[in-house]
Amino acid sequence: MARYVALIIVFAVLIGIFALGLERDPRKLPSVLIDKPAPEYALPRVKDPLSTTGSADYAGQMVLVNIWATWCAGCRQEHDYLLQLAARNEIPIYGIDWRDQRPQALKWLNELGDPYVASAYDEDGRVGIDWGVYGAPETFLVSRDGHVLYKHIGPLDESIWQTEFVPRIAAQGTAK
Amino acid sequence: MIPEIGHFALVLALSIAVCQGVMPIIGAHKNDAALMSVARPAALGQFVFVSISFGCLAWSFLQSDFSVLYVANHSHRALPDVYKFSAVWGAHEGSLLLWILLLAGWTVAVARYSSDLPQPMMARVVGVLGLLSCGFLIFTLLTSNPFERLIPAPADGADLNPLLQDPGLAIHPPILYAGYVGFSVAFAFAIAAMLTGKLDGAWARWTRPWTLWAWLFLTVGIALGSWWAYYELGWGGWWFWDPVENASFMPWLAGTALVHSLAVTEKRGLFKSWTLLLAISAFSLSLLGTFLVRSGILVSVHAFATDPTRGLFILGFLGVVIGGALILYAWRAPDLDSTAGFRPVSRETFLLLNNVLLVIATTIILYGTLAPLIYDVFEWGKISIGPPWFEFAFALPMLPLVFLIGVGMHAAWRSQAFGPLVERLRIPGIAALVAGIAVPTFFYGRFGLLVSIGTIAGFWIMVVSLVDPLRSWRRARGTPGMTRSAIGMSLAHFGVGMFTLGVTIVSAFTIETDRSVRPGEQVDVAGFSFELVGLKNVQGPNYQAIEGEIEIRREGEFVAELRPQKRTYIVQQNPMTEAGIDAGWNRDLFVALGDPLGNNAWSVRIQYKPLIRFIWLGALIMALGGVVAASDRRYRLRAPAREHATSLSEEPA
Amino acid sequence: MRQTLILILTLLVSASAIAIDTELAFEDPEMQARYEELIAEVRCLVCQNQNIKDSNVFLASDLRREIRRMMSEGMSDAEIADFLVARYGEFVLYNPRKSGRTLVLWVTPALLLGIGAIVLVRVVRDRMNMPVDNDVLES
Repeated sequence: MARYVALIIVFAVLIGIFALGLERDPRKLPSVLIDKPAPEYALPRVKDPLSTTGSADYAGQMVLVNIWATWCAGCRQEHDYLLQLAARNEIPIYGIDWRDQRPQALKWLNELGDPYVASAYDEDGRVGIDWGVYGAPETFLVSRDGHVLYKHIGPLDESIWQTEFVPRIAAQGTAK
Repeated sequence: MIPEIGHFALVLALSIAVCQGVMPIIGAHKNDAALMSVARPAALGQFVFVSISFGCLAWSFLQSDFSVLYVANHSHRALPDVYKFSAVWGAHEGSLLLWILLLAGWTVAVARYSSDLPQPMMARVVGVLGLLSCGFLIFTLLTSNPFERLIPAPADGADLNPLLQDPGLAIHPPILYAGYVGFSVAFAFAIAAMLTGKLDGAWARWTRPWTLWAWLFLTVGIALGSWWAYYELGWGGWWFWDPVENASFMPWLAGTALVHSLAVTEKRGLFKSWTLLLAISAFSLSLLGTFLVRSGILVSVHAFATDPTRGLFILGFLGVVIGGALILYAWRAPDLDSTAGFRPVSRETFLLLNNVLLVIATTIILYGTLAPLIYDVFEWGKISIGPPWFEFAFALPMLPLVFLIGVGMHAAWRSQAFGPLVERLRIPGIAALVAGIAVPTFFYGRFGLLVSIGTIAGFWIMVVSLVDPLRSWRRARGTPGMTRSAIGMSLAHFGVGMFTLGVTIVSAFTIETDRSVRPGEQVDVAGFSFELVGLKNVQGPNYQAIEGEIEIRREGEFVAELRPQKRTYIVQQNPMTEAGIDAGWNRDLFVALGDPLGNNAWSVRIQYKPLIRFIWLGALIMALGGVVAASDRRYRLRAPAREHATSLSEEPA
Repeated sequence: MRQTLILILTLLVSASAIAIDTELAFEDPEMQARYEELIAEVRCLVCQNQNIKDSNVFLASDLRREIRRMMSEGMSDAEIADFLVARYGEFVLYNPRKSGRTLVLWVTPALLLGIGAIVLVRVVRDRMNMPVDNDVLES
């Protein structure tokens, strides 16, 4: 009798796992960089190829690092929200323009507005690979001591900001 | 108007299916002949209305009625008519309707060809099939209505995915589904047996031909899918261990085990609970496959675009159907034991080994397919299980199995003496050993231990399957010949050997290279020279293409001219590769265009694939064996008229 | 829903174009063979279940380029795998590595065979002690 009951139990467990699995997106990759040091980089700026920007610029600050590109529909979606966020002055936003064309990127920032303190121009994608980027837009929360606290895949909006980012920022403020 | 008729027909089909599902089963329980006799007419009625519904959808496609949302999403005015028809099952809603149609079709077949079944059994079987139909019809009507309207209708549709605009992929789903759905018949027989608590040789004899037919449809369906992927997807692969492919392979493995287990139950009344569980499993795995494909829960090239709500519904259906079956099983299986025995060396033992190894293989594939999901749900990280793991893990049980097939085929029931067995198999064994080592080493130029094991196994099964037919062919006049069941078995096993040989050789000796070529230049691969003669623009009915002309020569002699294309379909604007293939019984030459590299050069992938046709030919022969076996006389006669077989191993398995 | 459909269709069709590595990446045939094996074992993360050898998207060619660079710098297969896993997680490798919780993936098939063997022995032992001639076929 035991083995028949075992069969039913195994089956029930499988159904449970499937039910839980339905709520997950199998293609979303959690970041392996969480709680690890954020990658260091130095790249030419989008707006000025002769000067550099990189992780050194925000050392010691808590920042958002946003991966974006002009060919990415989701980036266009979140751009207005990023402008709002930047205007509120809550946290500096640094951009990495991933696998893009400089003329298009400049046009984008000029016409739509520039929410970034500075945007790095990652032409060949090597820095993107260091951050584990596989699909723009992606937004990273980096702590004062240079660790990745959180990664959000997909366009950013107010509700995600409030649920995922604000609590983590607050926790960092109290922890010292 | 037509779409509304189609929709209404579906609703009518549901109400008939409810009667078909409920009344005969109650009738069988109460021995009420009137209730039981509802089964056959209800089955027919359901089939009629589902056919009407399917016809309405097909009509909407052929008339390009873009006021139907499903048609607008998957068709286009310029789409060739044949693909307008096959587009009916090109996506989730329509393929579900196809499933329901096939289920109704199998049910009508069972109702029609069940004259030698006692009425209560027939009533239960048709009843269970009716309940399954109800589930699918409700699912369709509530969440996946193919007749939903799109007002205002667009001027033209979004076109069918170019990958699906192909003859191979057009017939792959109907045949595959015929197999998937066909296992519901074995499932229904199993439920019927568990409801009565009786399972005997007669039950096995009734169930077996239905199972064989379902199995052989599934075999052909999977082979078609593999062949299609090979010539259409452009990189020469024929199996990817993709979750949806696995979802079709698992019922096939369980079905193969079931066919063999039924043999033992029919012959000796043994392995009853194995057989029951396998019958439940084969269909459960079909249902699981449906769930995996349509719920978005796994990453797969085949997945239908769908949402979690549908997934939840299917999951619920899965839980009820399989859970219910397992509960019945827990209730009835303990009482099914018999006290018949067999010696350690006997056909029974080999068939037991067969069961065990196939079940292990199925479990391994299930595990590999679901492990990423399980790890994700328990937050143990996202892991990846791909072909390298599957090939290793699957080979573990299959390698011993392929060698044992050859021996088991020739073992007698109850007890087989070792000596005569060795005597009979000695020469085939030596022949296989020699051929298995000689062919890779001398024909293909390399000796490898693993390769040789594979080729020896392939030759072994092929030769050993010919032993009985040869003996029968040279038999004395007047002695009885082989039954169709036995011929079918030999054929099917021969197909397995061919398949094994093909897989081993093509895996070990494929030569594949990416090159940059300009018109006039040539590339040498595997002793053939491939020259890109030129490139030109070509216009198709709903696409534009760049076509390359490739001339293949061997030692100066002309072999073939291939015309690989790079197509751009007008509507969806995505580039598609049509490979140029020169097929031969012993090798394929495969050329696909990549991208233009500038400077008049193109990237070209050239492949030499030895014995690859053996893979699908082997599968077709397996299916043919199934047809022959299913047409055996004893399935068409009543029990007392069966011939009594002798104890020779050519008796029906 | 429609967007998901289009996304999946796009990815499906992108699967039909073949990878761009058109020149042999390495002169040395051994390095080339090692390269081809490596890229067959790395997953294309943007695609639906494909490796970076067969995929045409730019992430795949970026990763191929990085692997070529690492190989010419003399990194071993294990070091290259570590590099990728450090950035993308175990998911990026098709072949789960033999470590900790992925060990169970490699052990399970052997375990199942062991269970099968036990079942086999038990059944055969039971049945060989039963009489072979008392079939009860019809009931």
